[in-house]
Amino acid sequence: MDNIQNESKRRFLINVGTISGSLVLGFKAPTLLASEKDEFPSELTHWILINEDNTTTVRIARSELGQGTFTGLVQLVCEELESDWDTTKPEYADVNMHIKRNRIFKSMSTGGSRGIRDSQQYIREAGAFARNLLLMAAAEKWNVNVDECYAQKSHIFHKSGKSLKYSQLLSLAKKIKFKSDFIKLKNPDEWKIIGTSPQRFDIPDKVNGKQIFASDVILPKMVFASIMSAPVFGAKVKKIDDQIIKDDKNILKIINNETFVAIVSNNWWRANNALNKIKIEWTKTDNDNVSSKSISDFLTSGLETESSPIARRDGLPEFEFSKANEIIENTYSSGFLNHATMEPQNATVIYTKNRVDVWCGTQNGESTAVAASKISGVPLEKIYVHKHHAGGGFGRRVAHQDFTEQATKIAMSMPGRPVRLQWSREEDMKQGRYRPVSKIKMKAGFDKKNNLKVWSAKQSDQSIAITVFPKWVKNGIDLINTRCFRDNPYKVSHFLNEYSMRNTHVPPGFWRAVAHTNNPFARESFIDEIANKANKDPYEFRRDILSGTKDIHLLDAVADKIDWYRKTENFHKGIAVVDSYGSYTAAAVELSVKNKKIKVKKVVVAINPGYVVNPDAVKAQIESGVIWGLSAFMHEEITINNGKVNESNFNDYPILKLSETPEIIPLIVPSGGFWGGVGEPPIGAVIPALANAIFKSTGVRVTSMPIRKLGFSYI
Amino acid sequence: MVNFKLNGKKISVDVENEMPLLWVIRDELKLTGTKYACGIAACGACSLSVNGELVRSCVLPVSSVEGKEVITIEGLSNGTLSTLQKKWIEHQVPQCGFCQSGMIMAANNLLKKNPNPTENDIKSAMTNLCRCGTYPRVKKAILETASELKG
Repeated sequence: MDNIQNESKRRFLINVGTISGSLVLGFKAPTLLASEKDEFPSELTHWILINEDNTTTVRIARSELGQGTFTGLVQLVCEELESDWDTTKPEYADVNMHIKRNRIFKSMSTGGSRGIRDSQQYIREAGAFARNLLLMAAAEKWNVNVDECYAQKSHIFHKSGKSLKYSQLLSLAKKIKFKSDFIKLKNPDEWKIIGTSPQRFDIPDKVNGKQIFASDVILPKMVFASIMSAPVFGAKVKKIDDQIIKDDKNILKIINNETFVAIVSNNWWRANNALNKIKIEWTKTDNDNVSSKSISDFLTSGLETESSPIARRDGLPEFEFSKANEIIENTYSSGFLNHATMEPQNATVIYTKNRVDVWCGTQNGESTAVAASKISGVPLEKIYVHKHHAGGGFGRRVAHQDFTEQATKIAMSMPGRPVRLQWSREEDMKQGRYRPVSKIKMKAGFDKKNNLKVWSAKQSDQSIAITVFPKWVKNGIDLINTRCFRDNPYKVSHFLNEYSMRNTHVPPGFWRAVAHTNNPFARESFIDEIANKANKDPYEFRRDILSGTKDIHLLDAVADKIDWYRKTENFHKGIAVVDSYGSYTAAAVELSVKNKKIKVKKVVVAINPGYVVNPDAVKAQIESGVIWGLSAFMHEEITINNGKVNESNFNDYPILKLSETPEIIPLIVPSGGFWGGVGEPPIGAVIPALANAIFKSTGVRVTSMPIRKLGFSYI
Repeated sequence: MVNFKLNGKKISVDVENEMPLLWVIRDELKLTGTKYACGIAACGACSLSVNGELVRSCVLPVSSVEGKEVITIEGLSNGTLSTLQKKWIEHQVPQCGFCQSGMIMAANNLLKKNPNPTENDIKSAMTNLCRCGTYPRVKKAILETASELKG
């Protein structure tokens, strides 16, 4: 992790010892020239503004998607800055400023459960740095030793009792020059705000209708566009018959962009209606006959090939399999999944040749700016992104900015006019960037006494990385998709993980927890199959072969909470353990199954993310992750026919309902010592724990999702 | 021309009779608390109240509210927060928040019709979809509002 970054305007302090627990060391660095004009008078650092009324503004580079990052990051800064929580507020770090100031806010990406864990170090250091400046300014003003001063609630106090507001010290603090390579942050036992659950900043406006999402932005003279991209991915517009709307005065524009058709109107419903009325003919492609069946066969070819690259090989797996007394195997399949964010994709753009403005709910403000610049040809420094809290992200609005690109293209045909591109739900369902399909063949070899000697996982799936981050593919192995197997936590001497990449024409994308949905389904279901074969209790068996005490600790926590050994008539339990995104998790469920109707009584999920910033927000993410897992396991699948997506809306792509939601018990078991993610990790263990409990209950081993297609339902 | 009352204010709009109320409110009247998310009355994000009845406005032709009283999330509590909304904050219910206007309108309607809902009543009444998984907190907030209003 970096320390305070080297901003050119950083001011450095001379001659400091210990200041209320913070040690400032080292003396080298540039200084602010007296002649340099201060463009940002309220900035104490680029992260922290001290306002005239002594309130504090903390700039947030990541995006609020409902996960609470907008609040958690303020907690981290406030902790070190010692600003008054009640007068400290977040605002989005301006994307244009970020670009003009040489990407001063570092990563704006809000994916991979990285919002807190990847920013915590430099954010906390910014807080500590700013506090030190204020302390030294006060000491200089009072002409006292800085050791006699302390910071509290946006004031610096002297031991005599006198105090100054941060705002009264700002101008002096900004002039203080000091050299610092290292700022000692508070020890965790000194934290007062980290580890507490203040209410989230974004919530009040979300209960009274005042929250302005990007799709709520109203601008003078704004017009609305609805869009249809080629239903067969890769097809082009061949012909449009728009006779039926030719005389409609409300239709302002029909745009044929080859890859899409868009209609612009003075009201979105009119635009969308018109789009549904016109006839569009698309060109033929090589994929016009692709179906879910042909894709399934294609994946099977990946399991059958002899020449898959090896992602991990421990011991002598081939040899051990050859001499095994008995071998069991099973293949686990998962389909494409859509994000189905409640707010369909959208972006509002005003294009002029000198400046482009974009209003967007995005998981990466910088990527949005890059997309608008790329399409418009307007330099990046002249792109202005106005970030709004997103109506759900789940990975849809991070690596892919297709909606921003399209909105920019449409706006370019109407320079100066604000254009809001709003996707219909149908477009959102059919033009996703889907969590890829996958088949995983699991295999295990036993000796005569049914002891596990060797196991393996052969994966055949579609790579997302190859399309967006090719450096995450090494020797044909997708380093994201092989997680969970490459890094499996079990101490079995002989293990093999092979990987066959099978890319389809269906566009893949990161989806909450990505491969940590289908991979744990296979791995943790199969661990139960192994335990069953070895006549061992699945909880105890995992305990025996897990290598890490953190995993064992969590497994014990969920087993204890679900009362693992208690027998209840008709109810059965399942358990699983999964590490992901820097955190450790385990899940246990209790359910009954009668005539394929599943009554989930309880889901317990334990997480160890190292340190916890906001426990209530972590609990909310566990509840959210459990529901995400229950939904994927039972309901969700995008299917393909004639090269196109079949599903169109929530009627044929169902998601979990309130009536299907069981009791969820979140357990936060932090060990300290590291910073793990929280948004995605709770999902992984839930799915196999459900599958394992269904097996206990029925003797049926579920090997494909969604299970409603096997006749199951929740009651 | 269709005439109705929106959050207590008289409204006249000159649009196609079949335009759904949702789009009249959002794109013509520029009141955006009521959300578009599915367009087929499957998710409830567009829920509002017409003459005291809960409706999904994305499929409701504007002509059908002629002379009626429409209340949206903005008109729910006349500037102050209702007990329900306060409970929503207390339990930190919303995550992304996009479904929450509709969710609160549905909960409000449920409590009006049934001030003492059981968990099963909540399960059958609250059919709004939420992708973030706020359901456990929705349930809790409704139950607590009911018991608080009971005194």
